[in-house]
Amino acid sequence: MGETAWFDTSRIAEFVTALAFGILVVWFVTHARRGRSFFIRPIPGLEAIDEAVGRATEMGRPILYCPGLDSMDEVATVASMNILGQVARKVAEYETPIMVPNRDPIVMTVAQEVVRDAFTEAGRPDLYRPGDIYYSTYSQFGYAANVCGTMIRERPATNLYFGRFYAESLVLAETGNMTGAIQIAGTDADAQLPFFITACDYTLIGEELYAGSVYLSREPLLLGTLRAQDLAKIVLLVILVVGSLLSITGIWDVRSLLPE
Amino acid sequence: MKRTAPIVFGFVVGMIMFLQYFIPHAPFTTAYSLVLDWKQVVFGMTLILGIVSLVRHHGTKVQRREKDWAYSVVVLLGFAVMAIAPIVQRTTEGGIYGWMFDHVQAPMQATMFALLAFYVASASYRAFRARSVQAALLLLAGITVMLGRVPIGEMMAIHVAGHEFSLATLSSWILDVPNMAAKRGILIGVGLGVTATALKILLGIERTYLGRSA
Repeated sequence: MGETAWFDTSRIAEFVTALAFGILVVWFVTHARRGRSFFIRPIPGLEAIDEAVGRATEMGRPILYCPGLDSMDEVATVASMNILGQVARKVAEYETPIMVPNRDPIVMTVAQEVVRDAFTEAGRPDLYRPGDIYYSTYSQFGYAANVCGTMIRERPATNLYFGRFYAESLVLAETGNMTGAIQIAGTDADAQLPFFITACDYTLIGEELYAGSVYLSREPLLLGTLRAQDLAKIVLLVILVVGSLLSITGIWDVRSLLPE
Repeated sequence: MKRTAPIVFGFVVGMIMFLQYFIPHAPFTTAYSLVLDWKQVVFGMTLILGIVSLVRHHGTKVQRREKDWAYSVVVLLGFAVMAIAPIVQRTTEGGIYGWMFDHVQAPMQATMFALLAFYVASASYRAFRARSVQAALLLLAGITVMLGRVPIGEMMAIHVAGHEFSLATLSSWILDVPNMAAKRGILIGVGLGVTATALKILLGIERTYLGRSA
């Protein structure tokens, strides 16, 4: 594909899928705006956040929130910030301390804004301490060492890991497990999921991370997008099953639709 | 204005970024590289905020003699030496900075990474306890994959109804079929989740990440 081409035809399937999904999202959001309610399946990991915050309050210990290693240009980090906002509201209501160590300075700046906003919304701006959302280091294992050290010294009652994690995921989750903290993780990094599932009490798998803030806020407009996601999954499942059957029986190889 | 401007700005820039993926042509390609350059500038500026946060966080601990304040002294000293030494000595290859990097920072990072082996062992012990049918299946699959990936496993085989299945073949099948199917299922969900989140931000429905002004 040369620089002079106006449209990259090898990406037409992605364009059509994104467009169709976009229309579906807008359609459900419009319906939600008109007052239609949607049923959303329960996600145990997100339901446990209330219990986890309550436990920390009862024990008089802080909550540790790790927003992952990536910067704000990763959608997983944006999703993590959205969940942090909801968690911070609960934390402010319960008057429980929260610690947010950051690896990326941009994420730290956003996290400070999000937490300050949540504390103000909860009517407790006096409890907000910017020093609790702090920068640690840009080094991957330096960050892991910092978070593990914090876990050992401060003994948080609840550890929340939401965002994109890499090889340090097991180091963090196992240390948290050893300190006896209740742990909830959520990531879209499929290679790290087994580690979180093993070491944490609850794990949000893949898309559940993106549903987190919607689920916690119960905002009707946002619930519409979840409904669109579920419907898109059903459509994709049907395409997969029908396509596989057509290909296996030799009637039509659906892969011919996709670019080489 | 304070509420609308960031949403409009996010929508315009987001749409340009979306379109540049499909239109490999100026002005979209130019806009893309411009945004990448700006990201570096923003990162540089926020790094200053990060340094301020780091110094303030540990400085306060030392000043108030909080619990374990001695660790904060080490952090502040390490930070000061690594920041000042290359400026004074005008080199990052040798001198105090190079020595500290080679003999302190690199070994410490390697140590943290090496600790993973022990964490994998303890996590595997918990995960592979065959207390249910699912856990037993996981244990069986785990043993097959681990043995099938090492030389001795290639020499081992299972005989079922007169057929011989080498552990290497079984290991590859587990990774390529059931494992890949689960992985792709997760990836499809992630893809939809990423697109939905991006749309929520573009349409201004999700504003939590904007903080106070939202």
